[in-house]
Amino acid sequence: MTTRLSPFLFFLFLFVSQAIILQAQDEEAIMPESNHVCLKCHGHKYYSFFNEYKDLTERKLMNPYFVIDSVSYLQGEHKGHSCTDCHSSDYENYPHIADLKIQPKMTCVDCHDFEVIATEVKKSVHVEAFGEFFHCELCHDPHSNKLVKSDMAELVLYNNNRCLNCHNDADKYQVFTSHENPQLLSTHDWLPNQALHFTRVRCIECHTSVTDTSDAVHHILPKEQAVHNCNECHSENSLLRDKLYKHQLKQDRSEFNFYNSFILNDAYVIGANRNYYVNLISLIIFGCTLFGIIIHVILRIIKRK
Amino acid sequence: MSNNKLYLYPVWLRIWHGINALGIILLGITGLSMQYTNMESPLLKFSSAVSIHNLVGIILMISYFFFFITNIIKNNIKHYRISLNGLVNRLMKQGKYYVFDYLKGNPKPFHISEEEKFNPLQQISYVGAMYILVPIVIITGIALLYPGMIIEKIYSFSGIRLTTFLHSLAGFFILIFLIIHLYVITIGQHPLRNFKSIITGYHEAE
Ligand code: HEC
Ligand code: HEC
Ligand code: HEC
Ligand code: HEC
Ligand code: HEC
Ligand code: HEC
Ligand code: HEC
Ligand code: HEM
Repeated sequence: MTTRLSPFLFFLFLFVSQAIILQAQDEEAIMPESNHVCLKCHGHKYYSFFNEYKDLTERKLMNPYFVIDSVSYLQGEHKGHSCTDCHSSDYENYPHIADLKIQPKMTCVDCHDFEVIATEVKKSVHVEAFGEFFHCELCHDPHSNKLVKSDMAELVLYNNNRCLNCHNDADKYQVFTSHENPQLLSTHDWLPNQALHFTRVRCIECHTSVTDTSDAVHHILPKEQAVHNCNECHSENSLLRDKLYKHQLKQDRSEFNFYNSFILNDAYVIGANRNYYVNLISLIIFGCTLFGIIIHVILRIIKRK
Repeated sequence: MSNNKLYLYPVWLRIWHGINALGIILLGITGLSMQYTNMESPLLKFSSAVSIHNLVGIILMISYFFFFITNIIKNNIKHYRISLNGLVNRLMKQGKYYVFDYLKGNPKPFHISEEEKFNPLQQISYVGAMYILVPIVIITGIALLYPGMIIEKIYSFSGIRLTTFLHSLAGFFILIFLIIHLYVITIGQHPLRNFKSIITGYHEAE
């Protein structure tokens, strides 16, 4: 009885301890006190304020693009920051001063040294088309940006949303151009199992140069130069090695002798994950079969005489 | 001679068998070409290999269901019921026949009749192919066509990876079956005699 229960108990223990750890991580991040002033209004769909002219409290809809989600804020890199680290402290007053609207905001490169990235971004199709007006924050929301490293499925989803929240949102897209946003499902219909691919690889796997590695993920190429050849990924020297799985590659110990085994825990890429032993054993079985047949044929010929 | 002819392979069986044989060969070629694809010299263009493999796979799945059901309706399935009674013994006998007696010119241990058209080795390999290997390939194949059905992770392994592994493994053994099948058929009075049977339906008993 106990032996039968013990694996179950073990998994229960794993589950509970995981849950506790997750809980603890959540509790660690606490919203800086000063942010509550702003989130009273920017944390909700509605905001209210006291209108001195009318002498009454008014309740209004908040512009949905101005709503800051505090849950994702606390998961982001800048969770420890006050809103006023990046925004003028004049915002504490409402109505906000009109001039604030047109004042430049703090951007990534004001605080960080991202020079290599910045030069790559300058070469991308977007900046070529729209100039500096196409800025970092369009892909990296300063209120929630994070680097997902561990879970591959989440990493891909999170990163593709950087692109999709604009490419799949006609309103955001048309801030930049008057033409319709291309329907990605139909422009990519040459790719079979599209839904699977879009959850297993990032857009930038195909839309940045094949040979460049990590930093160049910012150099989005014109569509004519996007990866179209299946074998770029489906082959022994898969490009996934240098891109999506670059973090895994470092810890790759070539387990079980799979080619590109670092991919295996998360996906099986036809053509890229061949196993040396499986290949060898198949060859041996195949060889033995043929050998047996050949011997038999030879004996048949000899005996017929 | 004519009264020695046995009608063993009815029309439906021959049609199914023809489609099946052609399909398996196509699946084998495209499947291997996908597995061993590479940049410089792909056997087939990867995307064409994928499309052909998917299309033929679906056709073959339908044809398998046809076989599965008709085999029961027409009671051809009686030939596929393995009787365990003395099975090992009978398998050894037939094996011994292929390896020694046949070459020496000794007579067959089992005689073909309309009641028992397969010898024990034939029977077990046909059952293995049609009721174990092909169903595995079909089920895993459908799953790979709709990967949403597959469990994401089995412990720390990708579910797709296990499914693909099972799919290629079973596919590989079907190809091995095919090679042996093709060869064993040539064993007889005349190497081409059995090929004629699966086209005309008649087996010329000796
Ligand atoms: C009483 C509600 C309220 C409070 C408190 C408030 N805001 Fe606002 N904020 C608004 C509304 C409403 C808008 C929409 C534009 C407007 O009415 O000026 C807005 C707009 C903004 C904008 C966008 C301006 C633009 O058009 O580019 C920023 C940035 C902003 N607020 C930051 C803050 C910060 C930072 C704080 C806290 C220090 C804060 N707000 C506090 C209600 C509020
Ligand atoms: C790390 C810097 C940083 C922090 C911290 C920060 N913001 Fe922002 N915020 C920005 C930048 C940069 C923009 C301009 C984004 C753009 O132009 O796309 C912005 C834009 C906004 C906007 C306007 C939305 C828009 O798309 O134009 C609002 C509202 C806002 N912030 C509120 C807040 C609130 C409330 C907080 C605190 C909870 C906060 N911000 C914390 C950098 C920051
Ligand atoms: C007001 C200055 C400021 C701005 C503007 C700013 N950051 Fe940061 N950022 C910081 C500070 C300070 C940290 C360190 C936070 C910590 O360790 O808690 C940080 C952390 C980070 C980290 C994590 C680094 C690490 O080693 O963990 C990344 C990545 C990052 N920021 C990217 C960005 C991006 C992208 C933008 C633009 C959208 C941006 N930052 C805008 C100040 C800023
Ligand atoms: C077109 C969208 C886009 C734009 C614009 C963009 N980035 Fe990125 N950025 C990405 C993507 C996608 C990644 C990949 C994240 C990953 O590897 O998980 C990334 C990664 C990063 C990283 C983490 C790199 C690493 O591997 O540690 C930093 C830092 C960064 N970007 C900064 C910037 C800065 C600064 C700018 C503006 C000069 C900018 N980005 C503009 C999409 C963009
Ligand atoms: C497997 C590689 C691959 C992946 C993954 C991929 N793309 Fe593409 N994409 C292409 C190719 C190749 C083209 C060019 C298609 C053509 O011109 O027929 C293209 C075209 C495009 C275009 C231009 C469409 C047009 O008609 O103007 C956009 C925009 C685009 N992709 C965005 C994305 C986004 C966003 C993602 C992630 C969700 C993504 N792509 C994922 C390969 C890929
Ligand atoms: C804020 C909106 C926005 C974001 C975010 C964005 N794009 Fe774009 N993208 C555009 C617009 C607008 C165009 C149209 C450019 C034009 O008309 O020349 C475009 C064009 C493209 C093209 C087609 C270029 C061509 O040759 O026609 C590709 C490919 C592309 N984007 C990929 C991406 C990828 C990959 C990401 C994420 C890493 C991304 N985009 C993020 C707005 C965006
Ligand atoms: C950017 C890299 C990349 C490119 C380019 C690419 N694939 Fe894939 N493909 C993948 C990955 C990763 C998987 C594995 C998904 C998994 O196992 O979770 C995959 C899986 C597949 C599958 C298996 C689906 C299943 O059900 O398991 C097929 C079929 C496939 N790709 C066909 C193609 C074809 C055809 C092309 C070219 C038109 C292509 N792929 C181009 C990365 C790529
Ligand atoms: C070019 C390929 C093929 C040829 C020439 C061929 C030929 C034959 C011949 C001559 C027979 C009748 C002799 C006998 O019963 O042993 C036969 C029967 C059979 N073959 Fe094949 N075969 C081929 C491919 C296949 C494949 C790929 C499969 C299955 C995966 C298969 C499954 C069977 C089965 C199940 C029977 C017995 C049918 C019955 O009578 O119920 N064959 N084949």
